[in-house]
Amino acid sequence: MSTAGVSEVDVAHVADLANLELTPAELPRMVRDLNAILGHIAELNELNTADVPPMAQVSEALGLTPAAAGESLRPDVIKPCLDRTTVMAEAPETDGRFFKVPKVIER
Amino acid sequence: MSDAALNLETITLTAARSAVVDGTTSAAALASAHYERIAAVDPKINSYLALTRERALAQAERVDSAVKVGDAKKLGPLAGVPIGIKDVLTMRGVPTTAGSKILQGYHPPYDATCVARLEAAGAVLLGKLNCDEFAMGSSNENSAYGPVHNPRALDRVPGGSSGGSAAAVAAGLCVASLGTDTGGSIRQPAAFCGVVGILPTYGRVSRYGLIAFASSLDRVGPFARSVADAATMLEVLAGPDTMDATSSQQPVPGYTSDLAKPVAGLRIGIPEEYFGEGLNPEIRAAIEKSLDALKAQGCTLHKISLPHTRYAVPVYYVIATAEASANLSRFDGVRFGYRSPESSTLSAMYRKSRDEGFGPEVKRRILLGTYVLSAGYYDAYYRKAQQVRTLLTRDFLSAFADVDAIVCPVTPTPAFKLGEKTDDPLQMYLEDIYSVAASLAGICGMSVPCGNTAAGLPIGVQVLGPHFGEATMLRVGAAIEAVQK
Repeated sequence: MSTAGVSEVDVAHVADLANLELTPAELPRMVRDLNAILGHIAELNELNTADVPPMAQVSEALGLTPAAAGESLRPDVIKPCLDRTTVMAEAPETDGRFFKVPKVIER
Repeated sequence: MSDAALNLETITLTAARSAVVDGTTSAAALASAHYERIAAVDPKINSYLALTRERALAQAERVDSAVKVGDAKKLGPLAGVPIGIKDVLTMRGVPTTAGSKILQGYHPPYDATCVARLEAAGAVLLGKLNCDEFAMGSSNENSAYGPVHNPRALDRVPGGSSGGSAAAVAAGLCVASLGTDTGGSIRQPAAFCGVVGILPTYGRVSRYGLIAFASSLDRVGPFARSVADAATMLEVLAGPDTMDATSSQQPVPGYTSDLAKPVAGLRIGIPEEYFGEGLNPEIRAAIEKSLDALKAQGCTLHKISLPHTRYAVPVYYVIATAEASANLSRFDGVRFGYRSPESSTLSAMYRKSRDEGFGPEVKRRILLGTYVLSAGYYDAYYRKAQQVRTLLTRDFLSAFADVDAIVCPVTPTPAFKLGEKTDDPLQMYLEDIYSVAASLAGICGMSVPCGNTAAGLPIGVQVLGPHFGEATMLRVGAAIEAVQK
């Protein structure tokens, strides 16, 4: 893990990946905050985890498969879904059938 | 309300239900009394973001009719009890913002499972409660709709992220409430406001209808004024749900009927790592008093070690932000919520909508989460954090081989002042030092009021139990509560 920290260029790149636009005022503040937090996170390097399996879900840590942990998938039966009118009513822009967005392809 | 004996600030869930069922009051009168009190008191506290009066009174009417015709079968364990819902949980047709501008005007088309279960049990849902934006925060100062003030000291924070849920119960603005806890967001505000808050085991309560922050950590749980009330709520909420594949099929024991069992013989673990420097001396003294009380009731006390505790905060802020960066990608201005009006292309619309819709803390966490998942850093940060999560969980699994419950502080300090920590995110994250390990391990926990500081600020004690060990945890909590009065 590098402890060199992140630069404004790094943070701008990550913002780009995350579809976030940072204002010129926000960028230096985020660089400062992320470096402080990443510095703290670097303490994890003190631990040797070479033989430790990663844990993504609680059931894994209990040494159980999801099914044995009591988790299960519901029967695959057809049920009515949400009403289209109700769902489309929440859209910022719609023709009632589809979501409308600004143009995707620049000409 | 005609009966002055029903003091809204102190009435328990059990007493409220009894008063409705035996006709001392009606569910409608109880709900109306709460709305009057909200109108009078909440402008100073800011706990409610939306009131659901019509739906509440319709439900109250159903309860009152069942009382009138003596239909006991229709009177569930929460019959007529006024309850508030954290605004990260969906209620059909009711404004649900998650404390964010990006969901302003959103009316979800469905009820969260926990919301539906409360109503099926007779609860009267009063409205939606303020919280940190997308449940990200430890002080409720990250809400786009203004901070919540601690009812016990208005210049102090109520804790977060479920600040509104804790404050509303403490201020008599609902009898009980729902919150969510990803890294301490139920236990910490419960401690700061002097109420009971439960973090159920991961998988115990369905997450369907909870607006996701970090899916492997998010949990729904109750706030109440007593351990028995919180146990009643948990019994209603717990159990499998076909809409959440991680909800567990494990049978739900009778939490309330188990409460009366004596705690004599239970082995209580005291983790040395939770009593180090940085712990406020008044909190330490109050917890030691609770431990003495357990000993006096026949528990045996055992010093234990949870050696990886100091790594819990860094692990949490990698895993929670990584999951958040993925979960919050759904807010893009296309299907619901806020869309920036000034964009001529799709990609500009995504960016501007997100930039204008999200607050600074949410952006900070999305950036951190995207960074730790990005090419070249995934193994160093994300995988490493997942490995240390295993170590933290093993700490608890081996501790619970020797003890039945763990007792420790919830927070290093009592409620701090509004604005005191907002300039330093790392300081704010370190507030979570005693709460995040249990979140990462998936075990259950609770905060129980155990006294006040000399300045009158509430102190909470944390009781932790093993996975699906809520029944024993609740008994220990009740034993601590019993010596407070």
